[in-house]
Amino acid sequence: MDMQVSFLDRLFDAGLLIDTGVDGLYGRSGEFEDVIAAFERLIDRTGGGDGAEAIRFPPGMNRHYFEKSGYMKSFPQLAGTIHSFCGCELDHVSLLKTMDEGGDWTTGQEATDIVLTPAACYPLYPTIARRGAVKDEGQLYDLQSYCFRHEPSKDPARQQLFRMREYVFMGQESDVMAFRQKWMERGPEMMRSVGLPVEIDVANDPFFGRAGKLLVNSQRDQNLKFELLIPITSVEKPTACMSFNYHQDQFGLKWGLQFKSGAPVHTACVGFGLERIALALFHTHGLDVTIWPDDVRKVLWG
Amino acid sequence: MKDKIRDILSRLGKLPVAVDSLADDSDLYTAGLSSFASVQLMLGLEDGFDIEFPDNLLNRRSFASIDAIAATVEQIIATRKVA
Repeated sequence: MDMQVSFLDRLFDAGLLIDTGVDGLYGRSGEFEDVIAAFERLIDRTGGGDGAEAIRFPPGMNRHYFEKSGYMKSFPQLAGTIHSFCGCELDHVSLLKTMDEGGDWTTGQEATDIVLTPAACYPLYPTIARRGAVKDEGQLYDLQSYCFRHEPSKDPARQQLFRMREYVFMGQESDVMAFRQKWMERGPEMMRSVGLPVEIDVANDPFFGRAGKLLVNSQRDQNLKFELLIPITSVEKPTACMSFNYHQDQFGLKWGLQFKSGAPVHTACVGFGLERIALALFHTHGLDVTIWPDDVRKVLWG
Repeated sequence: MKDKIRDILSRLGKLPVAVDSLADDSDLYTAGLSSFASVQLMLGLEDGFDIEFPDNLLNRRSFASIDAIAATVEQIIATRKVA
């Protein structure tokens, strides 16, 4: 924890991250953003030739789709819902009175139709399902969104609002597995090209509760999730900066994503944690980008 | 015991096939048992047999077939008697 706090303090002192008073919610400096933009260009150069359709969703999604996704079954502790004041003038008077008295004014807030996006690809599946049958040769998408997870922490690598860049492929099982394998080779190459030490390991999502243990073990047994790990605030527990997820035909069945034949598609997604990658670069090469190694600067900025 | 397991499986397993059509050693995942249904199945077995699955048995193998479920439940009951 001390290493996490001290790295966070150094990032604040250098002005790279800006304290908002809430753990895990930070402003970013222009320099920090420039590193993320440069790394995204590296992602574009690596994956840009694959013919993905680019789609950008805002960081909120349709509550109905969120409910259908089953996110609350697995990760209720991480979800963020958007609530608003929907009362009349009288309710407003009472709201202001409660605020003045320091009471809990939020109890009267009502759920809106929007939920904060938990992962960049969540809004994609219902969107593509609405378009009709998926091509037999598969379809590839390029996404990026701010995502929300309610897990306040002093670890700068565990933020509550952060950006995730993703490639999502939907298609036949063998093509989906080949897609994931290709990125499990490309990911480490990309990280090594910018001087980051990496390892890849089997992983699991943070499923909630005791029943979640069964889901964790099941996910690991089937090698459904791998992560690319880079030391940021700990060498023993390096941070996941990319993940490679195979969903089998789970989303195909859930969302009615089908081929013309009616068979469900298989899906996989590859995600980049953009802030984590930037933090790994700052941690490894120093907080001043002008003194980063020339070969790293060349890959990022040409 | 296996009749009771079949009963719980037919109520909570959400299988696309009839449980009667499965042999005791049929692979339940091949028959369509999903991860989430296996969670419901686990909770139903705990309720039905008045047991609690220890962490080390919370894995796919424990629910892979009716035989595997019976062996797991028997193991939990036997451990409880010893304790």
